[in-house]
Amino acid sequence: MEDNLINLTIDNQNIQVQKGTTILEAARKAGIDIPTLCFLKEINEVGDCRMCIVEVEGRRGFATSCITKAEEGMVVHTNTPAVVEARRVVLDLIVSNHKIDCLKCIRNGNCELQELCKRFNIQDIEFAGEMQSHKIDDLSPSIVRDADKCVLCRRCVSACKKIQKIGAIECINRGFESCISTTGENSLNNVNCTFCGQCIEACPTGALHEKDTTEEVWKKLQDPETTVIVQTAPAVRVALGEEFGMEIGTNVTGKMVTALKRLGFDRVFDTNTGADFTIMEEANEFIERFTANEHIPMITSCSPGWIKFIEMNYPELLPHLSSCKSPHQMFGALIKTYYAKKENIDPKKIYVVSVMPCIAKKFERQREEMQNDGLYDVDNVITTRELARMIKQANIEFTALEDSEFDSPMGEATGAAAIFGTTGGVMEAALRTAGDTLTGEDLPKIDFEQVRGGDGIKRATVNIAGKDIKVVAASGLANAREILEEIKSGKADYQFVEIMACPGGCVMGGGQPIKSSKIRSEVDVRALRANALYSIDEKSTIRKSHENPVVKKIYEEFLQKPGSEIAEKLLHTSYTKREKYNI
Amino acid sequence: MKSLEEIHKIREEKKKELDLRINTSADTREKHILVCHGTGCTSSKSPQILENFNRIIKEKNIENVRVIKTGCFGLCAKGPIVIIRPEDTFYAGVTPEDCEEIIQTHIVEGNKVERLLAKDIDGTKVNSLDELNFYKKQKRIALKNCGVINPEEIDEYIAFDGYKALEKVLKEMSQDDVVKTISDSGLRGRGGAGFPTGKKWELTKAVEGSQKYVVCNADEGDPGAFMDRSILEGDPHAVLEAMEIAGYTIGANKGFIYVRAEYPIAVKRLKIAIEQARDYGILGENIFGTDFSFDIEIRLGAGAFVCGEETALLESIEGKRGQPRVKPPYPANAGLWGKPTLINNVETYANIAQIILKGAEWYSSIGTETSKGTKVFALGGNVNNIGLVEVPMGTTLREIVFDIGGGIPNGREFKAAQTGGPSGGCIPKENLDVPIDYESLKQIGSMMGSGGLIVMDDTKCMVSLAKFYLQFTVSESCGKCNPCRIGTKRMLEILEKITEGKGEEKDLEKLDKLAKNIIRASVCGLGQTAPNPVLSTMKYFMDEYKEHVLDKKCKTNECKKLAKITINPELCKGCGLCQRNCPVGAIKGEERDVREIDQSICIKCGTCIAKCPFHAIT
Repeated sequence: MEDNLINLTIDNQNIQVQKGTTILEAARKAGIDIPTLCFLKEINEVGDCRMCIVEVEGRRGFATSCITKAEEGMVVHTNTPAVVEARRVVLDLIVSNHKIDCLKCIRNGNCELQELCKRFNIQDIEFAGEMQSHKIDDLSPSIVRDADKCVLCRRCVSACKKIQKIGAIECINRGFESCISTTGENSLNNVNCTFCGQCIEACPTGALHEKDTTEEVWKKLQDPETTVIVQTAPAVRVALGEEFGMEIGTNVTGKMVTALKRLGFDRVFDTNTGADFTIMEEANEFIERFTANEHIPMITSCSPGWIKFIEMNYPELLPHLSSCKSPHQMFGALIKTYYAKKENIDPKKIYVVSVMPCIAKKFERQREEMQNDGLYDVDNVITTRELARMIKQANIEFTALEDSEFDSPMGEATGAAAIFGTTGGVMEAALRTAGDTLTGEDLPKIDFEQVRGGDGIKRATVNIAGKDIKVVAASGLANAREILEEIKSGKADYQFVEIMACPGGCVMGGGQPIKSSKIRSEVDVRALRANALYSIDEKSTIRKSHENPVVKKIYEEFLQKPGSEIAEKLLHTSYTKREKYNI
Repeated sequence: MKSLEEIHKIREEKKKELDLRINTSADTREKHILVCHGTGCTSSKSPQILENFNRIIKEKNIENVRVIKTGCFGLCAKGPIVIIRPEDTFYAGVTPEDCEEIIQTHIVEGNKVERLLAKDIDGTKVNSLDELNFYKKQKRIALKNCGVINPEEIDEYIAFDGYKALEKVLKEMSQDDVVKTISDSGLRGRGGAGFPTGKKWELTKAVEGSQKYVVCNADEGDPGAFMDRSILEGDPHAVLEAMEIAGYTIGANKGFIYVRAEYPIAVKRLKIAIEQARDYGILGENIFGTDFSFDIEIRLGAGAFVCGEETALLESIEGKRGQPRVKPPYPANAGLWGKPTLINNVETYANIAQIILKGAEWYSSIGTETSKGTKVFALGGNVNNIGLVEVPMGTTLREIVFDIGGGIPNGREFKAAQTGGPSGGCIPKENLDVPIDYESLKQIGSMMGSGGLIVMDDTKCMVSLAKFYLQFTVSESCGKCNPCRIGTKRMLEILEKITEGKGEEKDLEKLDKLAKNIIRASVCGLGQTAPNPVLSTMKYFMDEYKEHVLDKKCKTNECKKLAKITINPELCKGCGLCQRNCPVGAIKGEERDVREIDQSICIKCGTCIAKCPFHAIT
């Protein structure tokens, strides 16, 4: 153990750290916060921005502290006049080429560049000059790209290329003309982007952000003719609080519902109820396919970024996808049919808003297949971040809100639905229902620990009704690709596969509160948010989707049974091969 | 596949046959007509010259004459060059039409074609290469075979001791022996930074790894530099042999040559050389019957200057965007695909075989205390003998420019010389006698660089010079790190401001501050050296900067926006031609009046100067 420790001096402090620790990490341990900009732990460790430079005695030139490993006996100075001047010049140069419209920037108040400027007391730009000038790309339903605010840190590029293995964006051109762009400098809408939004989560500035559609929500809320119904995804409730300064992983379901009601939504429903329907349909579909041994393994279909990915990259494997719509789409379809009829509302006058941790859902909702009788299942998708903005605009002091309950009858949900928001959750929920269905019993086995946790790929064999079922839950598209390659080459012997586009699942979706590089270095954001969901599950009285009384009732009154003709029509969809490039 | 014995036999036979190439008193009735096929001469029709010679010889049925394609002779200013051996007659500026006369007069009749004989700077005709001042002070080691052998014939390389060093290494030397020899020779990297080559080999050898690589950096990119290009075009096997020796030494079985696609002749000859070496079994499995196997692949660069930086080059070989990596780790530890990699430049490799054959002591006896051996320079700019020169380290700039280079043309004065290209600095008149080696150049604010040497006369504006190099680095910066990507752009903007007469005094301070911090904070050598041309011109020619900034004047008139076009009233006849032709109506005056230029309107296009029949406008 001793061998694994090294001693070094940083700013005259003696520090002992594990071998392999970077100077940056070692310094942070000692309470010395070296500034960074391009650094994003395990995603972008390239040393491009030059903010983290330090002096190391005996070494020529400055060392890049974010990627330079601490060595035994190293003497580091993080704040010599030369270092400070160089950093300041670098920051000045970055700002000199950055479109400064902070007051109307979506990242105002949550921008790492802004934070650095505050920290360095930047009051004027010393080296002003020509600025980069690009067209804003806002053609896609999900992402807006404003390259004039880009600082070329490459965090987005690495997230896309390294974590997701998509490579929709890359640095093009040379020198001052360098910029992050796409194949042929086309809109993200027309290239191989899946709209997972991991680039947005990685971006330190306002160069990448979701397409904000809250204006339309406000308009509808003010329209007395329209019944505006909102539904919220499981992952939103464990992250929304962060936008109001609350601890990461705080479950704010009650406050969120109160806030939504205060915003003026006519009904506040829970997408978790939709998730319970998804499980009913998906478990049924799985049992059918499993029994007939058709299109096995079956792969989950609730992550729209994932769906776009497979449509573009592995069209030959599309038959393996479950035909189930994602929970909020199913739920939207039920609202505009079953609920509309029941409440005697003209479905044309219903406006369904989904609050999602996801920006690909913005794309999903406007897919041709996602309509019934000419009406889209869902009319608007806003992200966790957009909802937070609406709450702030409405003068609501979120942290002081009382809790309230979702509206019935479509607000009741199970613990199984809650864990949809984290990787492995859909699988676990489906196994609970499939197990009971196959055995006809109320099985006591509820927790499937093998598919929990933060690993990108979790393989397991579960025994249900005396049969071994091989399952795998993968999150992140690089991991998805690995599983698909296994299936394609015939090496895979799975029966059931869960895939989520975002690493860690929906809790880490592209629409979730953006955490700074520093927070992401120090805290396991995924685990905190996911644990909050597991805790909701654990505390739920009903933890199996098929036991949800609302679900039972709606099947009885309307849908008949999973896989019925009407269920197929409303709750299922189809997929098509999609060209990667429309250019 | 040739056995070692067969190769020995080829060497023996060819050596006799080719003796006339290096021995003016060779005992032979043969004559070899050597036609330079370097890039310069090739573009001046040397392939057609070669073709004509062959055709005429065939038509006239002349025996005992062979026409040989060679690499660069060095004196590019006099190309196309034809040399006839063994008598070593040097014909300069030969055209395809001259072939008939050369064959008839020289070959058939045995007389020299007087009008084509090369002339020295003073006008005296020279009979042979060695008589030229250009060659007298040179010592050719890296360029030894350039202009001597046909680079497309492996046998000719073998004749001049080619692959003998490889044989010696494989048969007689341990890996440590090789490291020691290279270390003792004092050879340092010729790519620019001057890292001790032996040390680099030793470090890479010491790293554990089942897969290692040897890489040749042939991504020569300095404006005006063509040292590596000429070596590859004139003696490609020398590079292959050295890479194999390096492979044996560090324990690698695979080499890559990263060469610019803009060097088509070099690429072609490398390909031929690799093919021939493979045919002979000199590249491939179990070379010379030993356990050592080695192969080489060529990778073409698309012409990004930054790919000359070793880690950017490695990225590019891997198929990625050519961007430098932050060091450490150095390539010796984590290079190509993360494997231990030895990377040297072409010229460095070109020295290796001879060091092995002639010994470390021989090599280290050449040069200065800290810089051993020779250095090849591409001599260009305002100098008479433009071309490629190889001189012992420690030769002064004065010797290169005035003795070898033949001084400054058109009776102008020497003002400065730029070494190290866009990464280097200018050397002013007062430092003409500084011996050229790594340390001395660094001390006076320049650097050795890869060997570009641009001479400037007194018509050159040093602010414009700095601007030129900055333009280059701004467009060649890879864009990875902020100080280089944005910082050099800002420096260029300030220089543009100054050369347009809009400079302020504080701009000089800004330039200095930017330069200092770009050097310190940039990721790679490109950024870390990009400000050098500005710093060195500011150091030696501050008066010119001040003149631009304070007096809004450029005494060389290179800065067009500062130039002032005036009409000499003494010479003006009032014809009005200038006025009628001025595109912006800047010229005032009526009828037969002497004309005047309104400076606030004039755009300095120069039309009036060209139109004035009395030369009254300057």
